Amino acid sequence: MLSFAELWPPVALTLALASVTTLILMLIGTPLAWWLATSRSRYKNVVATLVALPLVLPPTVLGFYLLLLLGPNGPGGLIARLWEGRTLAFSFPGLVIGSVLYSMPFVVQPIRNSFEALGPRPLEVAASLRAGPLDRFLTVAVPLARAGFLSGAVLGFAHTVGEFGVVLMIGGNIPGQTKVLSIAIYDYVERLEWGNAHILALGMVVFAFLVIYLTMSIDKRLGRIRL
Amino acid sequence: MTTFAASFAGTLGSFALNVSFEAPLTGVTALFGPSGSGKTTVLRAIAGLEHLKGRCALGKLVWQDALHFVPAHRRGVGYVFQEASLFPHLSVRGNLEYGFRRARGQKAIGFDTVVELLGLWKLLERAPERLSGGERQRVSLGRALLSQPRLLLLDEPMSALDRNAREEILPYFEALHKALSLPIVLVSHDIAEVERLASYLLVMNAGHIAAAGPLNDMLVSGKLPFRQGRDAAAVLAATVSGYDAEDGLGALDLAGQTLLVAGKAGEIGETVRVRIAARDVSLAVERPSQTTILNVLRATITDIELLAGGADANVSLAIGSQALLARVTRRSLRLLDLAPGREVYAQVKGVSLLTGPGA
Repeated sequence: MLSFAELWPPVALTLALASVTTLILMLIGTPLAWWLATSRSRYKNVVATLVALPLVLPPTVLGFYLLLLLGPNGPGGLIARLWEGRTLAFSFPGLVIGSVLYSMPFVVQPIRNSFEALGPRPLEVAASLRAGPLDRFLTVAVPLARAGFLSGAVLGFAHTVGEFGVVLMIGGNIPGQTKVLSIAIYDYVERLEWGNAHILALGMVVFAFLVIYLTMSIDKRLGRIRL
Repeated sequence: MTTFAASFAGTLGSFALNVSFEAPLTGVTALFGPSGSGKTTVLRAIAGLEHLKGRCALGKLVWQDALHFVPAHRRGVGYVFQEASLFPHLSVRGNLEYGFRRARGQKAIGFDTVVELLGLWKLLERAPERLSGGERQRVSLGRALLSQPRLLLLDEPMSALDRNAREEILPYFEALHKALSLPIVLVSHDIAEVERLASYLLVMNAGHIAAAGPLNDMLVSGKLPFRQGRDAAAVLAATVSGYDAEDGLGALDLAGQTLLVAGKAGEIGETVRVRIAARDVSLAVERPSQTTILNVLRATITDIELLAGGADANVSLAIGSQALLARVTRRSLRLLDLAPGREVYAQVKGVSLLTGPGA
């Protein structure tokens, strides 16, 4: 009953989902965090609020709207038709979209905080030393905000691993496609397979402990920004 | 002579900033004034870090006018901030190379030259956090120089340092101009610093330029408050003419007259600057003999100002084309019958040699 072949797919899927999600979040979260940290636009607070919404909303609310958007009658359905699909819901890309939105505040906030902590001075110095805007962003702002990037990446990854509500709403429970760890545990408990549930649950506890412990030690060395 | 010309208008806290000035491109121009008078804002506008309305040009090179605004990174200005602001993620070498690598074309200011000039050899591989305040500011100055600036801007570079660190770093600033012949604009609220480093003075007050001119004209001019204070002084240019090793005295030529200073003043023929405090100058109508005072200069009285609320007066003197200030009592004025146009002998009790740029 306890078989590696059965337990591994949800773990692999979860790791793949969390990795892809974190990568995408770093790519879109960095410019977004920079804009939020430096812009004087009056829409700044509106955008910041939208990014932070998943912190407050029940995951089922986000999942419900995503289901409508990604389903056959929403824009997701139109996109899915490009490769002869019917819907983005109940698929890996759908899970990625949901996870990106759901984990975004956990990535954007620490990066934004460390950009804000820099203040304008280091960038002014770089400008006076002939560095153009992109140059000074890459050679001064990013390295100085590295603690924020690390916190953001770890939190984004860990949060994606741990999500349940959004995944259940838009992913369902398709083995190998959308059945991630948290859902697998739920599934085992429903079916009263306590042994398998124990293994996965304990694994998650160890994982969470290690992630937080490592982040804290690295943060201490980088000397700024706490979890 | 090419000049640096700027005019800016904007608001600064509660008052309006409105400045317009022209300064020579040789030597050190000091932007002097009390805190909050807008000095730093003007300096930032020159660097392109602040966008005020106006115009700004270095010789024929226009950085800003009604149509153009050259961004800071394309101006080629070196900027030394009040706090050293070194990049904490780079070593001293990394900081120094940051601007050096990004400078294009012929690099007139070499890496080794700057490291040597500022005494940075031993610090190159250190992290900025492991430097003293004075060392940090030296690295910051070196970093600015290595970006091959056309103009160097110094924003109170010594004000964040304690007295010892300031004494440690001042000679480097003094050596700078002589070694690199780079135009410099210095922001300062410390007149002693200005006397030591500057050759041209812009006096700022409440967002506008109150007066502008060569340093000594400003120091001894009757229209400005400098000469009212206890520490009123004149800064004169003189040429090194000799050295008496036995007595340890250096001789300077000041408009055909000799001025003696302690120690070797420099190479013969070199122009140096001396500071003579008004309180150290007394006057006699005949050439005094039998006195311990070595320096007696023939001078003509150009102006007399009685100082309010006291027994003292300022006497302005001309020696050749340069001006000297003497602080004497009103009674002495009356007893000796001193008046403008009269020739007198100025006895100079103390002369301090400033090693800064020639005026």
